[in-house]
Amino acid sequence: MEKRNARQTRELVVPGDILDGTGMKPGENAYLLDGKVRASVMGVRNVFQNTVGVIPLRGCYMPTSGDTVFGVIVDIGPSNWLVDIGAPYPAPLHVSEVPWKVEFGDTSRYLTIGNVVLLKVLSVDESKKISVTMKDSGLRKIEGGRLVKISHTKVSRVIGKSGSMISMLKNMTDCRITVGQNGMIWIDGEDEDADVAVEAIKMIEDQAQSSNLTDRIKEFIESKIPQDEEYDDEGDE
Amino acid sequence: MSGHTDMVLVDENGLRIDGRTAEQHRPFKIEAGVLNNADGSAYVEIGKNKVLAAVYGPRECHPRHLQDPTKAIVQCKYNMQSFSVSDRKRPGPDRRSIEISKIISEALEKVVLTELYPRASIDVYIEILQANAGTRCAGLTAASVALADAGIPMRDIVPALAAGKADGHVLLDLNKEEDNYGQADVPIAIIPSTDEIVLLQMDGNMTREEFDHGIEMAVAGCHELYELQKDALKRRYARKNEEVSE
Amino acid sequence: MTEMMSEIKRDHMMKLIAEGKRLDGRALDQVREIKVVTDVIESADGSARVKLGNTEVIAGVKIIPGTPFPDTPNIGVLTTGAELIPMAHPTFESGPPGEDAIELARVVDRGIRESGMVDVEALCITPGEEVWMCFVDIYALDYDGNLFDAANLAAVCALKSATIPGEQYGKGENKPLPITCTPISITEAKVGNDLIVDPNFDEEQISTARLTVTTDDNGNFRAMQKGGRGSITLDELSLCLDRAVEKGAEIRKIIG
Repeated sequence: MEKRNARQTRELVVPGDILDGTGMKPGENAYLLDGKVRASVMGVRNVFQNTVGVIPLRGCYMPTSGDTVFGVIVDIGPSNWLVDIGAPYPAPLHVSEVPWKVEFGDTSRYLTIGNVVLLKVLSVDESKKISVTMKDSGLRKIEGGRLVKISHTKVSRVIGKSGSMISMLKNMTDCRITVGQNGMIWIDGEDEDADVAVEAIKMIEDQAQSSNLTDRIKEFIESKIPQDEEYDDEGDE
Repeated sequence: MSGHTDMVLVDENGLRIDGRTAEQHRPFKIEAGVLNNADGSAYVEIGKNKVLAAVYGPRECHPRHLQDPTKAIVQCKYNMQSFSVSDRKRPGPDRRSIEISKIISEALEKVVLTELYPRASIDVYIEILQANAGTRCAGLTAASVALADAGIPMRDIVPALAAGKADGHVLLDLNKEEDNYGQADVPIAIIPSTDEIVLLQMDGNMTREEFDHGIEMAVAGCHELYELQKDALKRRYARKNEEVSE
Repeated sequence: MTEMMSEIKRDHMMKLIAEGKRLDGRALDQVREIKVVTDVIESADGSARVKLGNTEVIAGVKIIPGTPFPDTPNIGVLTTGAELIPMAHPTFESGPPGEDAIELARVVDRGIRESGMVDVEALCITPGEEVWMCFVDIYALDYDGNLFDAANLAAVCALKSATIPGEQYGKGENKPLPITCTPISITEAKVGNDLIVDPNFDEEQISTARLTVTTDDNGNFRAMQKGGRGSITLDELSLCLDRAVEKGAEIRKIIG
């Protein structure tokens, strides 16, 4: 619901800009100064109930509990791995949070540097220490396919209203597509189809602020991958 | 500041050697988002100054012993490129660059919402490509835009400008000759929403009146510069929308 | 975000290259778009800002009177330096030039010096006492692979448009720095069993070796440098030399 409002008031604001002086409360990425709400990041002004805040255009990904994210193993210890999930802090993945029974010191046998993993963020404490797990359905080491990295601020656009955009992408390209909250997206399918999916996702990121995006993406994919017509099941026998 | 010259810096009509009056600043130019790798970047020209600023972060703090468990630290490195000045400068930080880096870091720490990123570092790099007095102000001006471009939460964008004195006149935005042969130099940076001062230095000789006059002009000049900083950011992202909506 | 290349990306890129394709759509022997602007820095005696794809480099020339080396009393001095400043890439650290920056500077210098690009004999002011010293300083601003060729281009273009500032030092009129030729370097990276020209950052990450070859206007070789922990075969060397001459000539035409 927040996002729908934002697209109607597509006013670009920068830090320090006054968002409201009529007594609304500061929402996300905004603060109160002398009775006026001001923006703290560059983005789109967003009204939600009685608050006014900013939907950021840029900025680093900050994990929240429950996020599903892709990460890359960047370091290995005897009882954990360090995963880069695109946040300012690396996320330690402890041996107790993986589906295998890993002996102390045996960690590199299961995951090595450069491996891609799908994880869930368990929690983030006040000092921003992140804990992640691979022990949930669907979470695993990822092999094959393609990884695309987009700004995490555009993830909701790739997913679309009630998942409409991502469903369209999957159906039209016939690819498996998994979107991580951190902006890492995994695509698995035939090479040419995957290429189109990658391009389409990059287009969405690039043109996220514009209108008619869904139509344009649909046209783009149609121009690259002929879409099957609907067949009647009752053929002419 | 201690040079001598027979040059007349301000003539009998109050005109400076580049044709400006005492209250006029040099032409400003600001572009946001000029580099690919950096999380945020900006290019600024103030008169003949040409400055590039880039921001990385928030990211893991290196060296680790500088980490603050309650907030991010802002680490700024100001550097003049060898060919930026008329007498070639040997590469590497000198004492002046180190001092300037420190005061710019401190100015930015006041506006960046550092409590949001404990243990992290926000790294700001300022490169002076061409210098003509007022590089620390141009650098801080560019750094603020680069921080906003990177999406780093901050209370406001910080403009910086210097006032000074030459030939007995209080002037806004000294050029190189006025800085070399003049009588005072006062760089200042403010938070425009509150007019708080986050950077202030002074060297030379000024009476209280002269100083107050200089500050007044500099603060007004900062507010003008601020509008350009905001405009640079808005243009950067509006341009993208326009290209797409055709 | 992550500077560590994921195994998925590495595998995908290597597969493509083995099929003769690159992630950005280029052919294996294709150089990225080149943009050059000279005279960008007034305070310098010559300057150039070069973009090679997304790699961006700035070079400035300062020409100053100084004492010649004792064994070459009538010859000007040429010095090249380079810095990989931290703004150019998240992995670049502050500090004095490390081995990468030093290698870069020395390879660029070699191409300029060995080709005789700058007529150093014409830089004598007073024999045995004073000559012009030419300092070339290169800064990487944005790093997406192949700093060797971008830095070489920037240095060469800065020198070609440089002016000896005689008037500033009371040593005669200003005049253009005397230039005899245009050395161009072409760098290739070995990925698997293939050689790709003008590697971008990701391609450099998956490569095992690199070869930079500098030619002059006649297609003669003036400098070479092999880098990386891998090796190249004699056939691969031959291919690089052919491409260096061909691509070098193309680039020489672009920069004029």
